Amino acid sequence: MAGIGIQNATKLFGKTLALKGISLDIRDGEFMVLLGPSGCGKTTLLRCVAGLEHLDGGSVRIGERDVTDLAPRHRNIAMVFQSYAVFPHMTVASNIGFGLRMRRVPKAQVDTRVREGADLLGLVPFLDRYPAQLSGGQRQRVAVARALVMDAPVLLMDEPLSNLDALLRLQARADLKRLHKEVRRTTIYVTHDQVEAMSMGDRIAVMREGAIEQIGAPMDIYDNPASQFVGGFIGSPPMNFLRGAVRDGAFAGDGFSVPMSRPRVDLQGREMVLGVRAEHITISADGVPARVMVVEPLGSHALVTALIGKTAVKVQAPIDVGVRPDQAINLRFDEATVRWMDAGTGAAVQH
Amino acid sequence: MNARVLDRTLIYGSAVLLAVWVLVPFYIITISAFTPQARIFDYPKPLIPTTFSTDTMQFFVEARGVIPSVINSLLVAVFTIVFGLALGTPAGYALARFHFRGREAFQVIVLATKMFPIAILSIPLAVTFLQLGLYDNLVSVALVHTAMALPFVILVTGGVFVAVSHELEEAAQTLGCSRWGAFLRVALPLALPGLAAAAIFTFVISWNEVFAATILTLRARTLPAQVLAGLGTSPLGFKFAGGLFMALPAVVFIFMIRRYLINLWGSR
Repeated sequence: MAGIGIQNATKLFGKTLALKGISLDIRDGEFMVLLGPSGCGKTTLLRCVAGLEHLDGGSVRIGERDVTDLAPRHRNIAMVFQSYAVFPHMTVASNIGFGLRMRRVPKAQVDTRVREGADLLGLVPFLDRYPAQLSGGQRQRVAVARALVMDAPVLLMDEPLSNLDALLRLQARADLKRLHKEVRRTTIYVTHDQVEAMSMGDRIAVMREGAIEQIGAPMDIYDNPASQFVGGFIGSPPMNFLRGAVRDGAFAGDGFSVPMSRPRVDLQGREMVLGVRAEHITISADGVPARVMVVEPLGSHALVTALIGKTAVKVQAPIDVGVRPDQAINLRFDEATVRWMDAGTGAAVQH
Repeated sequence: MNARVLDRTLIYGSAVLLAVWVLVPFYIITISAFTPQARIFDYPKPLIPTTFSTDTMQFFVEARGVIPSVINSLLVAVFTIVFGLALGTPAGYALARFHFRGREAFQVIVLATKMFPIAILSIPLAVTFLQLGLYDNLVSVALVHTAMALPFVILVTGGVFVAVSHELEEAAQTLGCSRWGAFLRVALPLALPGLAAAAIFTFVISWNEVFAATILTLRARTLPAQVLAGLGTSPLGFKFAGGLFMALPAVVFIFMIRRYLINLWGSR
C-alpha cells in the first residue's frame, strides 16, 4: 500500500554533505530502523522523508507518489518527535485530535477516534489534562497517539524513547513493538541505541557520515557486519578486533598468532582485521595465549577482558569461570563465526 | 565564607541604593500630588503626609488641554503598539527561527539605533517629517515612537519565540498545517503572553516619550508634551500631579512584565 522509496538523496548543510546520495527502499508495513552515531545523518534523512527538510538532490516516493517537492501536510505521514512536541496549550484530547481537526474530519468522528487512540495507549483517564500535568512517559504516549489517529500509512519516529528513563524505556519499547504489530504502518524509526534497533527493527540501516554502511535484518547485521564500523557499533560488548596479517596458515599480529584450520589463499599476505564476538571466544586448555585484565560477573555470565599481545578482547564466559586478573589463559575462537575485514578500508571480505 | 558575605553585602547594598535612587523622588512626587495646594511649599516636608487631599490631582485633571492630551497619548500609544508589533514580531520571529547570513550583524544594528540620543536624531527627523507632510498629527508621533520601540520589540519577541520550541511548529506541519497555519495555531498562542509584554513595554515607551512629541506637534499634543509646554508657567502642584499621572502607568506595567525584561537582559 505505501512503501517508501528514497533515491540517491543528498542534503547539504552549508558546505558539509549531510546525506551523500542515499538510496533505501522500505516495504509496505515494514519497521525500518535508521541506526548510527550522532551526526551520521539519520535524523536528517527522516526529516527529508517528512518534508521538514528539502533534499538538494534525489527523490522520495511514498506509495506510488513522488513527494520530493510536497509540504509535510501533503505527504500523508505522521511523525513522533524526540521532544514529543506535544502542544502545551491544548488538553491531551485536543492534542490527539489536532491532526484530525486540521483535516476537517467531522467532530463526532474526531471524538471517536481520539477515544480509540487514547484507549490504545492507556491515556483515557488523562484526556482533559494539560501536558504540563503529565509525566514524561505519558507525554510520549500522547505524541504516539496523536500520530497514530491520523491513520497515515507512514509513521516516522525520531528517537521517541531517548528522553525516558531506563525502566520506562524498556516498557515503551515493548509497547511500540506491540503497537506496530497491531497497526502495521510502514515505519521509519531513528535511534542511536543499537539495543533498540536490534529488538524492534524488521530491518536496520546502519548509517555513518551521511551514507548507509549496511542494510539488513538485525541478526544478519549482528552476525555478518559489512565493516569494522558496523561490528563495533552493534552488539554489547562490541565485536572484538585483532589486527595482523595472514601468513602460512596462521593470522599473526603484534605478539600473537591465531592458527587457521581452513587456509585462506585469497587473504595470503594481506593486512587484515579479525573480528570475533565475545560469545564466540572460549577459554580453553590450548589456543591463543592471553592474560586476564578484568573479570566482570554480570549475573547470567561473566565478561572477561584479556590481553592478546597488546590488544584487549572481551570474552563471554560462564559465571563460574574461575579466572583471576593477571592469570595466563588460552583463548579459542569459533572459526565459523570469525569475520575478516580489510585493515585499510575496514570493509568485510567474503567468508 | 567572608568573600560570600562581602559579595552579598555589595549586591544588596547596590540594590538598596538603586531602589532609593528611584523610589525617593517617586515618593516625594506622590505625597506632593496628594497634598493640598496651599501646603505644598511646607518645609521641611513631613515624610508621612499629615493631610490627604485629591485637590491637586483634580486641579491637574481639570486643567485645560489635559484630558484631550491624555486621549492623544493613548491613541499614539495604541498606534505605536500596532505598528511596533506588526513590524517587530516578524523580525523577532526571523531572529529566533532562521540562521540567515548577517543575523548577528542585524542584531547589533538593531541595538545600535539606541546609541544615538533622540536629540541628535531630532533635526533630521523633523526635516524628514516636515518634507513628508507628517507633522502635528498623531500618526507621525506614533511613527517616531515605533522607531524608538522597535529594537525592544524585536529583541523581546525574539526571546519569546526562542522559548517556543521549533519542533512544535514542525509537529503541527506534519499534522496538516501549512507553515503559516502552524505559526497561527501553535507558535502565536504560546507566544501571546510575551507579545503582550512587548506591547506593554511599547506602551510605556510611547506614553513617556516627550522629545519627539514636542517637536512634531503643536496642537495635537500628547500628555508629556502638554505638561512640558506649560512647565514654566504652571504651579508646582500641577507639576507634581502631572508627574505622578505620567509615571504611574509605567511603574504598574513594568512591574507586571518584569519577568520578560529580566529574561531579555539577564539570560541572553
